[in-house]
Amino acid sequence: MSPTPALEGPGTPVSGAPLDRAPSPPASVLIRGARLLDPRAGLDGRADMLVRAGRVAEIGDALEVPEEAEVVDAVGLHAFPAFVDPHVHLRTPGREDEEDIDSGTRAAAAGGFCAILAQPNTQPVVDSAPVLRSLRDRARVEARVPTGFLAAITVGQGGELLTEMAELAEAGAVGFTDDGLPVRSAGIMRQALQYQRLADRPLVLHAEDPSLSGDGAMHEGEVSALLGLSGIPSVSESTMVARDCALAAYEGGRIHVQHVSALETVEAIARAKASDTHVTCEVTPHHLLLTDEAVRSLDTSLKMNPPLRAELDRQALIAGLRSGTIDCVATDHAPHAREEKEQPFELAPMGVTGLETAFAALHTGLVLPGVLALSVLLERMTAGGAPFGIAAPTLAPGAPANVCLVDLDAEWDVGEAGYESRSGNCAFAGHRLTGRVRMTIADGAVAYRERTFALGAVA
Amino acid sequence: MRRHLLSVDDLSRDDIERILGRAESFAEVSGREIKKVPTLRGRTVINLFYEASTRTSSSFELAAKRLSADLVNVKSSGSAVDKGESLKDTVQTLSAYDPAAIVIRSPHAGAAGLVARWTRGSVINAGDGKHEHPTQALLDLYTLKRRAGSLEGLNVWIVGDVLHSRVARSNVLALTRMGCEVTVCGPPTLIPRGIEALGCDVRYTLDGLGEADAVYALRMQQERMSGSFVPSLREYAAQYQIDGRRLGPNQLLMHPGPVNRGVELAAEVIDSPQALITEQVESGVVVRMAVLYELLAGGGAPSGVRTVAEYGEPQPA
Repeated sequence: MSPTPALEGPGTPVSGAPLDRAPSPPASVLIRGARLLDPRAGLDGRADMLVRAGRVAEIGDALEVPEEAEVVDAVGLHAFPAFVDPHVHLRTPGREDEEDIDSGTRAAAAGGFCAILAQPNTQPVVDSAPVLRSLRDRARVEARVPTGFLAAITVGQGGELLTEMAELAEAGAVGFTDDGLPVRSAGIMRQALQYQRLADRPLVLHAEDPSLSGDGAMHEGEVSALLGLSGIPSVSESTMVARDCALAAYEGGRIHVQHVSALETVEAIARAKASDTHVTCEVTPHHLLLTDEAVRSLDTSLKMNPPLRAELDRQALIAGLRSGTIDCVATDHAPHAREEKEQPFELAPMGVTGLETAFAALHTGLVLPGVLALSVLLERMTAGGAPFGIAAPTLAPGAPANVCLVDLDAEWDVGEAGYESRSGNCAFAGHRLTGRVRMTIADGAVAYRERTFALGAVA
Repeated sequence: MRRHLLSVDDLSRDDIERILGRAESFAEVSGREIKKVPTLRGRTVINLFYEASTRTSSSFELAAKRLSADLVNVKSSGSAVDKGESLKDTVQTLSAYDPAAIVIRSPHAGAAGLVARWTRGSVINAGDGKHEHPTQALLDLYTLKRRAGSLEGLNVWIVGDVLHSRVARSNVLALTRMGCEVTVCGPPTLIPRGIEALGCDVRYTLDGLGEADAVYALRMQQERMSGSFVPSLREYAAQYQIDGRRLGPNQLLMHPGPVNRGVELAAEVIDSPQALITEQVESGVVVRMAVLYELLAGGGAPSGVRTVAEYGEPQPA
C-alpha cells in the first residue's frame, strides 16, 4: 500500500476540505522509540519519527535531534495516525453549558482525534450561511483540532423546506444532515438528493421511522418487555435505510448513514453497496461494545438513539466493521447536562459522550480479546473523513503530522479523573479500560498532552 | 439496616411466604375493635404520589397508621413538583425529615430505584410507569392463596392490556416464583414483544381459557391508549371480555381495579361469588402493613432484598 500523498502546507486542514482550528504553532518534535503503526502506509515497526514544521519529516533509527526540536521519549508507546470523528455534537450555539468548541475539541484531542465534524442540530440550527460562518469564525479562535461543520438538510430540521445547500456548501458546510431526526418524507429526501448535484456534499442520514419508534426509550426486545419501557424496533432503522438507499440509487446521489445499530441495517447496506449505490456508514463504540442487557440498570448514561440493541445486532456490527460494510467508527459524542440525565429513564434525553473513550474502549473490548485486529481498528478510526473528502491521516513522510501516541498497556477508570468534555454522561463511565492516549498532534500542531506524561529533555 | 422493595425480583419465595404469613397475622388485628399496633411509633412514612391513585395510596396510608407511624402525603399537584422541582430535589427535601420509608408512585419506570439512591430511608415502589407494582402482586398472591389454599401448580391467565400494565409484569414474576403456571393473553398489539422471557406463555385468543384455575383481567387503560392498539372497545369486548359464558363455575376471577364495567368484565362476573375483587382491596391494607413491617421492623433483610451496597451510593455525574 503506498502512502497517501498529502502536500498541503501546515495550518491548512488534513486535506482541502474546509476545516477550521485556532492558530497553532507548527510542531517540531522528535518522537523517540515508539512503535509506529500505520496500516495504510505499510508502517509497522519501532523507529524514531521526526516532525518538523508540522510535517512528518523523517522516519528512521537513532535520528539526529535538530536544534529546535522537542524530544519525546516514547519507548513503550505506539504511534498511530490520529483518528477522525465524523459525528460530534459540540452543542454550540445554544447549549454551551453542555459543551462548547473549546471543551469539545479538547475532549477530541484527548481521545486521539485530529479532526472532527460537528452536527448542526444546535439552537439555532445551522441552516443558513450566516450561522455557519459565525461558527467557523469561532472555531478559528477556539478549536484545538481541525473542525468541520455540517449544515441541516431542511430548514430548522423541520423536514419540509430544503436549506440553501448551494450557498451553505460555498460557505464551507462539509455535508448536510438533519441528525437527531430523519428526513421523514420520502419526497423531500428525493428532492434533497436531486439538489445535492448543486452542493456536491454527502447527505448524512439519521435513519429512523418515527411511526415505528413512537415514544420508544430503548431497544424493543426482552429487556424492554421486562422493564415496561416502550421499545424502538430494529426495523425502525433498517426500513428507513433501505428506503434511502433505494432513493439514492435512483437519483445517483451520495449518502452516509449515521450510527448503524441493527443487524437488518448492516444487511440493507451490504445489499446497497453490492448494487453500487454510493452509500457509506458509521458505527459507534457503544453499539459495538454494549447491548440492551446493560440497560436493565436503567442508567441514563446508556440511553441514546439509536438504542443499544441485542447481542446478535452487536455481532453483526462487528462483522460489518471487519468486512468493511461499515466504513468507519464515529462516536456520536452527545453531551447532556447532569440535571437532564438525573431523571427517570423515560424522561432523560438521548445521547452519550464518547470522544475520550472511543479508542480505549474498542481496544479493550475488541482488540485485546482478539475479536478485531488492531490494524483494522486503526483503519476504521481514521476513515471517518473519507465520505467528506478528508484524506485519512497518515504517518508517511511528507504528510501533515497527525499522530497520536498511545500507551496500550495503561489501565484507567473512566471518569475517575473527570473529563475534558463539559459533560459526564459517558457510556463507559466506571469501566476499566486498557489503552491511554498520551499525546495528540493534529494537523502539525500539538493538540493534547496528558498532564502526567513526562517529556524528555531537549538534547 | 437499609433495604427497599423496588421489584418482585427483589424477593425470594421465602421472602414472599414470610410477608404473606405476616399479613395474615395483621388480618387478625384488623378484625379487632382497636386496629392499631405500636410497631412504628415515632417513625415517619412519606407517601410520594406522582400519579392519581385511590387504592394504593389510601391502603398505604391506613397501613402506616395502623402501625402507628407518622404519615405525610405528598401529591404532585399542589406541591413544589407543580413548580418544576425535580424528583431528585423533592426526594432530598423530604429526606431531610428523616423518613423511615418513602412510598413512591411515578409514571416513569425506574423512579423508585432513583429515589433509593437519593434517600437514606427504605423505598417502596408503589408503581413505576409500566414497569412494576410489587405490593399489588403481593396482595394478589395473598388473596389468591387464601381462597385457593395453595399457589403451587395453579394455572393463572392474565388477560388484557399487558403492554401498558405494571400489574401484569409484577404478577407474572410473583406467580411464577410461587410455582404457578402463567399465561398472558390479549390483542397482539397489546402484548409486548419478548414478554415470554418473564417465564409466561403467550396466547392471543381466549380459546383454552378453560384450563385456568384463576383469571386475572387487566384494566383496559383508556388513559394510556394513545394510538390504535385496538380498533374499538366494542371489538375488544367481543374478543376478550370475561363474562358469564367464558368464566367457568370453578374459576376464580381477579382484577386490580378500577373496573371498566362492560369492557374487560361483564357485570354478572364482577358480582359473582367467584370474584375476588373486593377481597383484593381488603388485602391491600394488611399486605402493605406486612411490607412496612418487613422493611422497617423485621429482623434482618429478606435474602433477596437488595441493600444500598448493591444499588450503589449516590453517584457524581
